[in-house]
Amino acid sequence: MAKIIINGKIIVVKNGITILEAAKEAGIEIPHFCYHPCLSISGNCRICAVEIKGRQEPVISCKEIVSDGMNISTDSELIQKHRQSVLEFILINHPLDCPVCDKAGECKLQNYYFDYSLKQSRFKEQKVNKPKMLKVGQHIIMDAERCIECSRCIRFCKEITKTNELSFEERSDRTRISIFPGNELNNQYSLCTVDLCPVGALTSIDFRFKKRVWFLKTDSSICNGCATGCNIYVDHHDNIIYRWRPRENNAVNKTWMCDYGSLFYKNLNPDKRILSPLLKSDNTFFKTNWDDAFSKINIILKSVDPKNIGLVLSAQATKEENEAFYKFFHEQIKSNNIFITGKKNDPNFKDDILRDSDMNPNTNSVIKLSDKKIDTSSDISVWFVLGELLQEEITAVKKSGSTIILITPFYDINNNYADIVLPQTTHLEQDGTFINKNGIEQSFNQIITPPHNSLSGVKIAEMIRGRFPT
Amino acid sequence: MFCGGYIISPPLPSTQGRGNYDVEGVINMQKIVSKNFSIKDCHLIKVALQNNAYRSLDKLFSMDPQKVIEEVKNSGLRGRGGAGFPTGKKWEFLPKENKKPVYLVINADESEPGTFKDRSIIEKDPHLIIEGAIIAAYAIGAHKAYVYFRGEYVRQMENLLSALNEARTEGFIGNNIKKSDFDLTFHIYRGAGAYICGEETALLNSVEGFKGYPRIKPPFPAVSGLFDSPTIVNNVETIANLPFIINNGADAFARIGTKISKGTKLISVCGHVAKPGVYEVIMGMPVAKFLAELTDGTIQERAIKAVVPGGTSVPVLTAAEALRSSISYESFEETQSMLGSGGMIVIDSNTCMVQVLADIAKFYHHESCGQCVPCREGTGWIKKICDRIEQGKGSEDDIDLLIDLAKNLKGKTICVFADALAAPVISFVIKFKDEFKKHVALGRCPFKN
Repeated sequence: MAKIIINGKIIVVKNGITILEAAKEAGIEIPHFCYHPCLSISGNCRICAVEIKGRQEPVISCKEIVSDGMNISTDSELIQKHRQSVLEFILINHPLDCPVCDKAGECKLQNYYFDYSLKQSRFKEQKVNKPKMLKVGQHIIMDAERCIECSRCIRFCKEITKTNELSFEERSDRTRISIFPGNELNNQYSLCTVDLCPVGALTSIDFRFKKRVWFLKTDSSICNGCATGCNIYVDHHDNIIYRWRPRENNAVNKTWMCDYGSLFYKNLNPDKRILSPLLKSDNTFFKTNWDDAFSKINIILKSVDPKNIGLVLSAQATKEENEAFYKFFHEQIKSNNIFITGKKNDPNFKDDILRDSDMNPNTNSVIKLSDKKIDTSSDISVWFVLGELLQEEITAVKKSGSTIILITPFYDINNNYADIVLPQTTHLEQDGTFINKNGIEQSFNQIITPPHNSLSGVKIAEMIRGRFPT
Repeated sequence: MFCGGYIISPPLPSTQGRGNYDVEGVINMQKIVSKNFSIKDCHLIKVALQNNAYRSLDKLFSMDPQKVIEEVKNSGLRGRGGAGFPTGKKWEFLPKENKKPVYLVINADESEPGTFKDRSIIEKDPHLIIEGAIIAAYAIGAHKAYVYFRGEYVRQMENLLSALNEARTEGFIGNNIKKSDFDLTFHIYRGAGAYICGEETALLNSVEGFKGYPRIKPPFPAVSGLFDSPTIVNNVETIANLPFIINNGADAFARIGTKISKGTKLISVCGHVAKPGVYEVIMGMPVAKFLAELTDGTIQERAIKAVVPGGTSVPVLTAAEALRSSISYESFEETQSMLGSGGMIVIDSNTCMVQVLADIAKFYHHESCGQCVPCREGTGWIKKICDRIEQGKGSEDDIDLLIDLAKNLKGKTICVFADALAAPVISFVIKFKDEFKKHVALGRCPFKN
C-alpha cells in the first residue's frame, strides 16, 4: 500500500496503480481524453496532467504510478493553467460546429471547456482543413476536423478487435485519423469506436441527427441479443428507444458491445409487434381484448384433460415469466409436459471477444426448469408457448391439429400456426432477470411503457391462473 | 535554409596554420574523430588499416567488458548527439540481470538544422564508426548493432555499407571477430525523412516498423528499448570517440578539454561565415577564436548579430553572448544555451531575426510528429504568428502571445521536441524584441525594401 496526498487529503491506495486511478478512488475527477481503462496508455492528450511536489512540470496522471509519500495536486494554479492551454491548443483547429454536431451535449471537449476553461481563444489564424463526412464503414461517419487525435479508436481496433483498420496519416497539425486504403471500418464492434470517441469525429449513421442527446433519458438494462448479456445503457425519449450503448461491467462485457447488439433495439420497436390479443377464426386473425382472450383460453382449458396440455418455456423470456408459467403448470394444471425452446444457435456468430453462439439471453435460467425439447411422441392437444417456435417445432406441435396459444411480443400473422396470440412485453417493458452464459444473474427494470395492450408473461400467467377453476 | 548552399563540399581543416590554440594549459592540438579526414580514400579499408583502423580491438578483447564501461565512464565522454548525457553512465543503466538480447543502435539520423558533422565521419572515415561500434557492443554485450540513417543519407548509407562489406571480408564483423569469442552483426536502416526519428524512442519505433512516435519514458531504452529488449542508442560521433579511449586510455581522453567537457567536439558551422564546414575543436575553445581562426570570420566581414551554438533547438545567443562563450557544455550553459549537436549557425547583421524564427518554426511545424496536443497544435500556431509578424500584419499582443505559447509547450509533451521549438522562440523574442516590435510598428519587414 502507498500513502499519498491528493489535494491535501491523505489517502492510502494499492501499490502499482496510476495517479488517475488513485484519484478516482478518492472521488477526485481528473479530466482525460485519450486514457481509457480498457485500452493501452497513449499519453497524448496531456490534459490529465497533475502537479507532483518536487517536479517542475506537470506529470500525466494516466501513466504515472503512485509512490509512497507522493504529494499530488490536481487543481493547483499550474494545473489550471495547463488545462486551459491544452484546451486552447485543441480548440484552435477544431471546427467548433457544436450546433450541428451530434456529440454536442455529451462531448468531452465541450464539457471540459465549460468545466476547466471558458477562456476566449487567442487564435487569429486560418484553421487547418481536413476531410469531413466520410463514410468509413457500414455504421460510421468520420469527421477528421473534429478529431482530437486521441487515438482511442485506433487502439481499440488494434488491441480489442485486432482488425487494425484505423491509423493516423501525416504529421503535426495535419495529422488526421484515416482508414487504410481499400479497407472499411466494418468489424463486428465498429460502433464501440463511436462510444469511445470523446468528440464528434466518429458518429453512428443509425443515431445521427435522430435526437439531441439532452432530450434523452438514460437507463440501465441488459442486451438480449445473445447469451453474453452485455450491460447496456438505453437512451430513450417519449417511450421511443434511440440507441443502446455499452455499460461498464468488467465481469461481463468490460466496456464494449457488438454492433449486432447495439442495433438490436430496433427489433423491439412497436412497428414489428402485435399490439392486441389475436383470435383465429376461419383461418383469419381478429383483434380482440384481453377479457375475450382469457375467456376463450378458459373454455379451452376446461375442455381438455390436463395431461393433454403442454407448456413451452422460452430462453428468450425472463426468469420471472418462465417461473410464473412453470408454477401455474406445476401447481394448478399439475402437468409435467413442460418443454423449452429458444432461438437457434448460430456458431458463426460466436467470436473471442463477446459474442456467443447461443442467441438467447436466458438459456441458463430456463434449463433449470426443464431440459425437455419438444418431442413429437406426446399426445398433447393444447400448447402454451412462450416466445416463438422454430420451424421444426411448429411441425411437431401442429401435426395433431392441436390448439396453440402463443405468448410473444412478435408474431408474423402470415405465419399461420397459432390459434391465439397474446401480446407480450419485451424485456425493456418489465422488471426481470436473465442468467447469462457464464451463470451471472443480471436483473433489470422496466424502462418504457408497454405499447397498447401488451402484458408481461408474469401478468398473463397470473390472469389465466385467476380464471382457472380450482 | 541555414546550410543549403554550403554543405555540398565542407572544407576540411588543414593541420597547418589552424587549430593551434591554448586552452588553459592543455594540449594545443588534438584530433580524435577527424584524424583521418584529410587522408585520401580513408573510407577504403586498405587505407584505413594503414592509418591504424581497428588497432584498438586487440586491446579491447583482452579487457573485461565491465572494464571497458569503466574506462569510458572515467574518460568523461558525453553523448555528442545533443543532450550530452555521460556515455558510460548510460551504458550502466542496462539491467544487471537480463535474459533478453541487448542491442546497440547507432543514431545516424542527423537531422538537426545546421548539423552535418556525423555525415563527414560516415563519408570520410566509416571504419572508425565500425571500430567504435565493436567497442560499444563488446562493452554492453550486444551482438547486433543497428545503424539508423536519416532518409536523405543515401550516399552515406552506401558508403557505410561498402565499408561494412570490406570489414566483413577482413574478419572485423561476424563471428569470432579477430579470433576472439565475440560476435557482432550489423543491420542498416534508413528512415523516411522524419526529423523526429532522431529522438531515440521514435527511432526505435521506426526500426520496429511503426510510425515514428516517441515513446513515453520511463521505461528508458536501456531497460526496454528495441523489441522490448535493453538497448543503447548512441550518436555516430560518440561512437567515433571510443577507439581513441581504448587505444590511449581514459586518462588520455580526460586530459583533453576542460574540467567538465572532455575530449573534442566536431562543430559543423554554417550561415554567414567565410569558411563554413566541419571542424574538430578541443572542448573549451573560445567561440571568438574559433570564428576568427577557423572560419575566417564572416562573409564580407559583416558584424555578427547572433549565433545558434548547437542546432536550432537550442536558445540563440546574441553576438556579445556568443563571443564571450567557449565551446563546451558548461560555458554555453552559463549563457543559458546548449552545446547541443554542435551545429553552429552564425547570423550576420543583415539578417531579419523574425524571418529566421519564422523559418525555424516552419521546420518544427512540419516535423512535429503530431502525437501530443500542445506540440501538434502549438508548432503550427507559432509558425503562423511568426509569418504574420514578418509580413507586417502582427500586433504587440502577438509578441507576448509567442512567449506564452512557447511556455505552454515547454515540458508538456512526451518528448522534448516541443521544448526544441520553445527554446528558440523564447530566446529570439526576448533577445531581439526590438526587431519584432519594429515589424509591428512599420507594418512591414524592415530588412526588405
